Amino acid sequence: MIVVAIALVVLLLPLILPSSFYYRVLALVFINALAVVGLNLLMGFAGQVSLGHAGFFGIGAYSVALGPTYLGIPSWAALIGGTMLSALIAFVVGRPILKLKGYYLAVATLGMGLLISMVFTNEAGVTGGPNGMPVPRLQLFGWRVFGSQTWYWISGISLIIGAWVAVNLIASPTGRAFRAIHDSETAARVLGIDVARYKLLAFVLSAIYAAVAGSYFSLFDGFVTPNTASFLLSIEFVVMAVLGGLGSILGSVVGAAILVMLPQVLTVFHDYEHIVLGLILIVFLIFLPSGIVPAIATRFGRRTT
Amino acid sequence: MRTLLAASAALIALTTSTLAEIKIGSVLSVTGPASFLGDPEKKTLEMYVADINAQGGVNGEKIKLFIYDDGGDANKARTFATRLVEEDKVDAVLGGSITGTSMSMLGVFDEAGIPYISLAGAAGIVIPVRKWVFKTPHTEPMSCGKIFDDLKKRNLLNIAMISGTDGWGKAMREECIKMAPQFGVKVLKDEIYGAADSDMTPQLTNIKNTPGVQAVINCGFGQGPAIVTRNYRQLGIIAPLYQSHGVSSKSYIQLAGAAAEGVRLPAGATIIADQLPDSDPLKKVVTAYKNKFEKATGQPVSTFGGHMHDALFILVEAMKRAKSADKAKVRDEIEKTKGFVGTGGMVNMSPTDHLGLDLDAFRMIEIRNGDWALIR
Repeated sequence: MIVVAIALVVLLLPLILPSSFYYRVLALVFINALAVVGLNLLMGFAGQVSLGHAGFFGIGAYSVALGPTYLGIPSWAALIGGTMLSALIAFVVGRPILKLKGYYLAVATLGMGLLISMVFTNEAGVTGGPNGMPVPRLQLFGWRVFGSQTWYWISGISLIIGAWVAVNLIASPTGRAFRAIHDSETAARVLGIDVARYKLLAFVLSAIYAAVAGSYFSLFDGFVTPNTASFLLSIEFVVMAVLGGLGSILGSVVGAAILVMLPQVLTVFHDYEHIVLGLILIVFLIFLPSGIVPAIATRFGRRTT
Repeated sequence: MRTLLAASAALIALTTSTLAEIKIGSVLSVTGPASFLGDPEKKTLEMYVADINAQGGVNGEKIKLFIYDDGGDANKARTFATRLVEEDKVDAVLGGSITGTSMSMLGVFDEAGIPYISLAGAAGIVIPVRKWVFKTPHTEPMSCGKIFDDLKKRNLLNIAMISGTDGWGKAMREECIKMAPQFGVKVLKDEIYGAADSDMTPQLTNIKNTPGVQAVINCGFGQGPAIVTRNYRQLGIIAPLYQSHGVSSKSYIQLAGAAAEGVRLPAGATIIADQLPDSDPLKKVVTAYKNKFEKATGQPVSTFGGHMHDALFILVEAMKRAKSADKAKVRDEIEKTKGFVGTGGMVNMSPTDHLGLDLDAFRMIEIRNGDWALIR
């Protein structure tokens, strides 16, 4: 149902898009949404906070820049390699830090994100430091992949697949285990759920989503800077997830759409755009504290995931 | 989502309904960590365009500005660059306050065939030469070259370097080390500090303990150089200290205080407008710019707004020579810019040089009594 809705939006939007600028903005929406869907699995369903998710996004983004440039491997292989590396780091780091709860977990993930970002900034000899580095274009079967429209379809279809996987996962025993942990770890443990294992699984899965999104992001731009791993981007992901609605896959897409498109709309306010942006976010969270999609769903008396 | 999109389309349509006008786009880092660059650049652009329009515009057509704030984020800059090309359909673009945003945008303009003048420092923007890409500020190799020139004159050939890890500091450090042998300069010690460090005493102690160091070069911008300068005096190092033009704003002197006395740096002529001899060809331009900017904004002038001044007038003069805003003709005319006197120096562009500044554009400046003093 939700996947069909997202698929319809992706398929039908091009009918009304006037120029490739809109394709670019929507491709960015889809790419961000992909990362946020993953983060939502961790935050909205398993109930674990991460303030360092841009770190995984950054690993994905830099892997497609560094791999082809220095190791000569094709971009698609670098994308897979970067995703696996992200999963591995999430696995290794996740084991100890997911023992922490609440603020402590937030601070630990924050630290992890900052460390990853510092590596990209400080290893200037390899990464170009704060000035960033160019990313070789993706080549698939001799076809050079670039342009806003191409990336609209790649990111849109990937988002549909990502959302489909997430929705199915939530409906599975694993998803029920996630939600049980969210409601009460003790109760979940009593029911025989391996809490540590499922938390780790959610963390690794969300890292995979973020890394794939990061790779798309830098392949799309053809240029990457340490901003892709920055703390502010981590916060942006969390805001997208919370604004759209924690525990709602559709909410993640809506949250990403609002946060990516609003700055483009608000340029008409010139010097006041940041104030207006902040104001809109505050108003949303005061009047729709559970997030946009869940709040609307409750009003219409339906429960969606 | 669709209503939001429709709303944004409507808003954009409202703001872009225009007649015969020259459309100039600009993406600047007005907010964020690089706002000390983007803010004076934006003010300079708006100030002069208002003037030009009041005098009847260029070739009888008024200029319409499209200014976007990227907050220093390369990805946002690229999105706005796409918007300038696809939506606003601009005739030329000025800006990109920093290297990261400029590098991510230049591909968009180069592919679309729109004249683009960057305001960022790195030489990599115009080397290799890209058909549609130009820039106005001095580069890091120029800063190194000017400092090495001065070292040679004073016969101080054994030096130490201390560099920040910010983009500027890193790029300049690499260039200086590469260029040193050409000038017969030997780098005896090479130290690094983090961009947010608050104490550089350990690195400077290493330099102090290195025998034979006759001068020290600090590559960096922001607060780092001010801390280096203070620590330098606290340790009582007597070798002369050189900074880059990355510190050429009054806030550096304020932060470093008395420790800044005697520090030398290469910089554009803007900050020492009053001290230039009347015979200097730059005197008229920089004095006019300084007075106008300070009167309009109430802020002290910095070199950075001057880069925008130069970019705008290189473009406007090219449009006048081309007698139109036709992109290809304007591009050719920008490339033919000769003897243009800007705040950054004399600009002579060519098909192989899209910057057009030489070392004469730089002045060696010493800090005396808390102010800039021109070394003649």
